[in-house]
Amino acid sequence: MTELLPLVSANLASAVHFRPELALTFGTVALLVADLRWKRDAARRTWLAASALAVLAITAGLLAAQPAGSRALFNGMIASDAFATFFKWLFLAAAALTVLIAAPGKDFPAARLGEFYALLMAIVLGLFLMASATDLLMAYLAIELVSMTSYVLSGFRKGDRRAAEASLKYVIYGGVASGLMLFGMSYLYGLLRTTSFHELAGQIQLLQATGLPAAATRLTLVVALILVAAGIGYKVAAVPWHMWCPDVYEGAPTPFTAFLSVGPKAAGFALALRFFYGALSGPSPVAAGLGVAAGGLPWPAIIGIIAAITMTLGNLTALAQTSVKRLLAYSSIAHAGYTLMGLSAASDLGVQAVMIYLLVYLVMNVGAFLAVILVAEATGSESLLDYRGLGRRHPLAATAFAIFLFSLTGLPPFAGFVGKWYLFYAVFARIGGPGGNWYAGLAAIGAINTAISLYYYVRVVRAMFIDVPAREPAAVPAPPALYQALLGASAIAILVFGVWWTPMVDWTGASLQIFRG
Amino acid sequence: MSPFTEGNVLTWATFAPLAGAALIVLLMIVRATAGLGKKGVDDASRWIALVTSGVSFLAAVAAWRLYDPAVPGAQLVAHTVWIRAFNVEYFVGADGLSISMVLLSGLVSFIATIASMPWWTGKKAAEMAGMVEDGHDDPAHPKHFSVRMVPGYMAMLLLLQTGMMGTFVALDMFLFYVFWEVMLLPMYFLIGVWGGPRKEYAAIKFFLYTLAGSVLMLLAIIALYYTSQPALLADGTMSAAHTFNLVELARQGRAGVFAGAAPIMGFAFTKIVFVGLFIGFAVKIPMFPFHTWLPDAHVEAPTPISVILAGVLLKMGIYGILRFNYGVLPDATAWAANAMAVFGVINIVYAAFVCLAQKDLKKLIAYSSVSHMGFSLLGMASMTPQGISGAVLNLFTHGIISPMLFLIVGVIYDRAHHREIERFGGLASALPEYSAIMGLAFFASLGLPGLAGFISEFLVFSGAFPVFTLYTVISATSVIITAAYYLWAIHRMFLGKLNQTYAHYPDLVWRERITLYPLAAIAIVLGFYPQAILGTINGTLHALVQNIRPL
Repeated sequence: MTELLPLVSANLASAVHFRPELALTFGTVALLVADLRWKRDAARRTWLAASALAVLAITAGLLAAQPAGSRALFNGMIASDAFATFFKWLFLAAAALTVLIAAPGKDFPAARLGEFYALLMAIVLGLFLMASATDLLMAYLAIELVSMTSYVLSGFRKGDRRAAEASLKYVIYGGVASGLMLFGMSYLYGLLRTTSFHELAGQIQLLQATGLPAAATRLTLVVALILVAAGIGYKVAAVPWHMWCPDVYEGAPTPFTAFLSVGPKAAGFALALRFFYGALSGPSPVAAGLGVAAGGLPWPAIIGIIAAITMTLGNLTALAQTSVKRLLAYSSIAHAGYTLMGLSAASDLGVQAVMIYLLVYLVMNVGAFLAVILVAEATGSESLLDYRGLGRRHPLAATAFAIFLFSLTGLPPFAGFVGKWYLFYAVFARIGGPGGNWYAGLAAIGAINTAISLYYYVRVVRAMFIDVPAREPAAVPAPPALYQALLGASAIAILVFGVWWTPMVDWTGASLQIFRG
Repeated sequence: MSPFTEGNVLTWATFAPLAGAALIVLLMIVRATAGLGKKGVDDASRWIALVTSGVSFLAAVAAWRLYDPAVPGAQLVAHTVWIRAFNVEYFVGADGLSISMVLLSGLVSFIATIASMPWWTGKKAAEMAGMVEDGHDDPAHPKHFSVRMVPGYMAMLLLLQTGMMGTFVALDMFLFYVFWEVMLLPMYFLIGVWGGPRKEYAAIKFFLYTLAGSVLMLLAIIALYYTSQPALLADGTMSAAHTFNLVELARQGRAGVFAGAAPIMGFAFTKIVFVGLFIGFAVKIPMFPFHTWLPDAHVEAPTPISVILAGVLLKMGIYGILRFNYGVLPDATAWAANAMAVFGVINIVYAAFVCLAQKDLKKLIAYSSVSHMGFSLLGMASMTPQGISGAVLNLFTHGIISPMLFLIVGVIYDRAHHREIERFGGLASALPEYSAIMGLAFFASLGLPGLAGFISEFLVFSGAFPVFTLYTVISATSVIITAAYYLWAIHRMFLGKLNQTYAHYPDLVWRERITLYPLAAIAIVLGFYPQAILGTINGTLHALVQNIRPL
């Protein structure tokens, strides 16, 4: 009994830094109760949205009150550092936007809105844990928490065949990916005798110092790394673990699709940065570059190859899409590829580039899906054909959508260009060093992909502004004022950050502190 | 009492149109919420466009007047820090290379804005052009672009003007790239929404070609930035690590900073960066084999957009090469000179032959632009003082003459709704004023002595001859081919028996006169007094070629 006490007090001390997560946990339960409380209330939607926002606001308040500095919590299971805090703000913003978008929409019947909000809070909790996990086991549990809830939410529309298909595909692919990841982790644990991120690099060097045959251990470690990458790659929708993405994006309720495309993706990147860059590049903040990271493990090369394939495949497949939702799904795969370039650069510059990109991507992608929701509610369809004439029917929505699409392409003066610029710059900073030719090739592939992506983004713009509608839809009601406000605000944010992005650089620059044990 | 000072004149020239575009957007929002009448909003946006574009033009003239050719280096500078974290600055200024382009851009933009108005047109001409609001809009007799979705058109036109002017005055590499790309979007919409029958194809082709070029340029710019050494920022502090300052980059280039940089993928740094930049700019020139977007874009674009495309946009390719490749990478420029000359010759001769085969008047003029841009390539590749002065003067004279030509095509297209040379005939008797101005423009373009085109061609040939004798001789044959296609076109369109369909056509109206006559006057004046332009550009350009030395 006495032996256990120090553990208890350590955990209690950690819990103080765990308050935002606790708020989310209790918030989930509170939302379920609220759901029952306002069961028959006419203003049910408003009440539920307000409660969900309140939960997020309380979490945000506690997050803001978090003491500065980096520390390990719960015996090194998770870490509290500026890096995690940055991503937590990102998740809160994504969740708040999703709550707002879902509130007046037709995707969720009033009777089931409470369920959605409660489950959304659970996902956000999972994302928080993914961004701060510093132990293989904790990382796995966090991923599973996010996945399980996502399976449920992507099949949220009962009786819809596409939703059922989406959910089932998601479960199967997710099961395989997490199985692979767990298998890779077991290799790591078997070889390195630790699950803590902080000890991995040291143990790898120790292992290589022993008499074991170097080639065999290296091969095993590389296989293990690829298997772990599978679990993370599945979350960020990187090729070849992307197959679920278009179907799930199409089948899931669109507000949740919007969340899925930014929240779990960002969390996947947070975990990837922490695992690969934080843990495997060793204690020095700057890895030596491609092929020569900790212990000679070529993880930047693996990530670089995945990045190149992901963006190329995503863009080429997007060219042929006729459903805007599927088009955006493939575009989100391509963007995962661009963002992986930053991770592959394996430098603080690269990490900052990833963070800036995810920040911008959050605004422009949620904005783009919001435009999809508007059209879907007016026409009941997501086909590109039904976007024809949108420029005349809803000039504001069409202009905002065009801004998001050009920003996704990466054209100045939109914020997407700034994000892309930093990614390319991080890759370029590596060209003079070891593996420089690889990085030069990666930059060239990224550039070509930018030109390819223009074609399909412009197809949507063309449909909205140039093509003549095949059939004039009946008089369309004006979209809810809330949507108009959100669209306008996002479009203005994209423009403002495209011209004045010093705040983004300052914030991400201050959030580079990854806790390394 | 001019409101323009040396410090703010270029900022006025650049951002006055943007302010106009913002005003029009505001107007559109007000219209959507308050339900204003269509006609009032249309007229208001037209006036906003005219006024702001006019302010930009006046500022460009003021800049030209304020510019002192005797002083080397950048003048009329405005310089502040924009994004400190990335050493990006708002740095605009003009030297001998850009000052003539600033003037040209202001002038052509203003002319194009006037040409976008449906006003000052006689009743008959307006009806023929489809400018009258009678509710009919069918393929046989489409509504004129100047009365379709007017606020959107004007906002895009103004945005385009800001992008063009900004590109010419930017002395910060990042700022340059932003302006360069900002031009793409309005151009896409202006061709794609207000263009002719195959507008979608032409617009996306223009967009994709240019973007493919500019992503290469982007990589080259990042490479240059990453290799550069720190420089002083506007506020007197040192930049962190690197610099975007083009004046400073040119100084470092001359000092050999880039020539000594580590190779990329086994190629010399300066060479690979040179090629990346060059392809990006070559698409815009457009240089063979990247020229195929131009005829499509021209044929489908509405007249004022063709005017801007030929008058200003094409100049950016050559301007960019002189500013970046010549200025920052002098060693690699010497290495590439011969290749540039060869491409120049191909442009000149090949495009001239293609012109001979054209049935569409606008396509003929589009290809003649390709041919004329070749002269600039040949002239600047020679690295002689006459050659490079001729190259830049050619930009200016072509920027005066080709807008005239496109306006002239617009005149006949507004009346006949086709441009097939063969279907006209004997127009000289029905439209004497039109025929006279068209003859003047054609002769100016084919290089008749006494008109602007002759001086620049002569300078290019005399500059290139000692260096590239064979190339010059081959190029000189194009003078005959050019004369042939222009004279043949005149022959088919204006001489012979009058086709009775065209007998009742109204001659030039004031809307067309106020755009055509000033340009014609400049073409004549420059033919006798090219010193007006040469005097301002020579100093900077001659200094520029002196820095080029073999790798």
